[in-house]
Amino acid sequence: MITAGIDFGAKNVKMVILDDGKIAGRGSTLTGFDLKIAVKDASEMALKAAKLKLDEIAHITETGIGQGSVEFAADSVSEVGANAKAGVKLLPSARTIIDVGAEEARAVKCDESGDMKDFVVNERCAAGAGAFVEAMSRALEVELEQMGPMSLKATEAVPMNAQCTVFAESEVVSLIHAQTPKPNIARAIHDAIAERVISMVRRLGITEDILLVGGLAYDVGFVDAMKRGLGVEVHVPEFPEYVSAYGAALIAQERAKE
Amino acid sequence: MAEIKYQTKPLDIWNEGKALRQQYYENYAKAHEKGGIRWAGGAWAYSAVPAGLGDDVWSLTGEPYGASVAFDKKFAARCHEAIEAKGFARDLCAYLRNYLGSIVLDEYVFGGKFPKPDFQWTTHICCSHAKWYQIASELEGGTPLFCIDVSTGLYQDFDERRREYVVNQLLDGINWLEKITGRDYDDEKLIQAVYNECEATSLWAEICAMNKTIPAPLDEKTMYSLYVFGTIMKHRPEAVAFYRKLRDEVQVRVDNKIAAVGNEQRRVITDTQPPWGFLEVFRYLESYGVVSVGSLYTFSLIGAWEVKDDGTWGPKTTPQEQGIDITTRRQALEILADWTHARPEWQHFYSAQKKSDMMLRIVREWQVDGVLLHYNRGCEGLSLNIAENRLAFKEAGVPVLPFEGNMGDEREFDLERTKKAVDSFLELLGVK
Repeated sequence: MITAGIDFGAKNVKMVILDDGKIAGRGSTLTGFDLKIAVKDASEMALKAAKLKLDEIAHITETGIGQGSVEFAADSVSEVGANAKAGVKLLPSARTIIDVGAEEARAVKCDESGDMKDFVVNERCAAGAGAFVEAMSRALEVELEQMGPMSLKATEAVPMNAQCTVFAESEVVSLIHAQTPKPNIARAIHDAIAERVISMVRRLGITEDILLVGGLAYDVGFVDAMKRGLGVEVHVPEFPEYVSAYGAALIAQERAKE
Repeated sequence: MAEIKYQTKPLDIWNEGKALRQQYYENYAKAHEKGGIRWAGGAWAYSAVPAGLGDDVWSLTGEPYGASVAFDKKFAARCHEAIEAKGFARDLCAYLRNYLGSIVLDEYVFGGKFPKPDFQWTTHICCSHAKWYQIASELEGGTPLFCIDVSTGLYQDFDERRREYVVNQLLDGINWLEKITGRDYDDEKLIQAVYNECEATSLWAEICAMNKTIPAPLDEKTMYSLYVFGTIMKHRPEAVAFYRKLRDEVQVRVDNKIAAVGNEQRRVITDTQPPWGFLEVFRYLESYGVVSVGSLYTFSLIGAWEVKDDGTWGPKTTPQEQGIDITTRRQALEILADWTHARPEWQHFYSAQKKSDMMLRIVREWQVDGVLLHYNRGCEGLSLNIAENRLAFKEAGVPVLPFEGNMGDEREFDLERTKKAVDSFLELLGVK
């Protein structure tokens, strides 16, 4: 059976197609302003990779911030529900899935079946999400992809107090003026986000194993900050930004069988 | 969407309630036309006391007025802009900003110019109330102001000394009322107002207690429109008459299993004031069969409760039910002070544990499946301790959804994000 999940993120739309439970194709595109075009592009990319046509997919479940925007989706699931399902499939021992995307950070506690037991999402401030790193990379005049490797070269932990992107940016500017080495500033940024995410996860209660997903899981500096902050191993799957879409596709599979 | 299991119908008394509220605000605005008196102050104020000045004394209580402004999002935004332009910070109480903005604009949310009160009569129930009417007075050009300090702590500590502290202020207040209005004070009217207030607030608790029934005869969104009489005129005979009728109608609904929400399958409670401009969230929950049966706030902001012989919460026994004959001004004020400071919502301000205990009691007795906690940036007073309450729910194994917002400032509420969080909560409750 062929099913698909589509994740409408704040920055990217991602689609995963499953053929009898195995990933047959995936596609991702910038969300942009025209939601329909973004959905079309992401789905065409995934369909092309899977060598399939849209009408060959038995069931499509959507998730993410733009729920209701995907005309061909049969139903929807929350991101935390999708994360729980996918997280346990990817790492059967996972009991806490932490998802840090462009705008949101969230964590879900789940059981061995991938059913959600509790969840927490970040409050309204964008700090603690991927958009923060992007803003800070601009302030540092460093390519986004270089933020992680640079952070690992830090020689000193610099405290950064700001929780808000606006104030943090002015703090970064102050650190630049104080001639603080860029790697130390990059680490300070990652530590600040990790602290905020970890304080949120602690409200949920930390149960191992921990799986870190979402676009920011690509950032090795952030992953390192999470490991140091949590004091436990943090697992990162392959293609972490597709995990919500993958979870939605798994749920589509369950629902198609019902 | 959940299957319809119960019969449902609108409240018969609904339109009567709407008319009563509208009439009240009109009576306040037009009081001077008939030689009456207008006063303004907090809904927590001892409203029974100015009643001794006569039956033609009408009040404008700031919080329900601020909530009415909040419901009109465009007007609320103008109020915020007007008062913030005068240098007031946007993280102040949202009701305060709505109210003061309305004065600055000189517009009454119900139409016409802002009806300036003849005096301000209020209590220092929270940090905002301690300054609210002082500023209102200044903006109005010096309206006379009388404040009663009510920071007497938990009711369990409300001994004779503390009660005297409050009563003596009220006695001084009566002398002040006579002086600034030039009217003679009528103790008989005070006594009747105290009887009324005790009965009205006990009746509201009785009505809320009926919501322990499955299916719930009332949903919280509807209850918001009903408790309001306890915040604008709890001492008046109209409030007593309305709540008696409402109690009788809700009893009929209980007896006949008439539900507020026909597809009720999960019951939740909330906490503190909701984001008034976005009550559609309640209807969204109901589309999945999730009914909010109330909250500590809705039950006890005005409701008077006591622990009954079986250990459960029920309506507080009124002085008249106890056979107490009030004969003097002092006795009336002592009873009123004791009655007021016993109200559960007043305990909110002093103890996180107490609040958690009361909320957990509601979860048990009202058969609640989950809790929505509003991190209400618009009210510092009633948002106090919410994070600790969340921990208490977690420890008790009660599903809980905290969401950020503001009761009166739509700039601080994100409907889409909140609905997304609600979706996850609905999945957790097993209904979506």
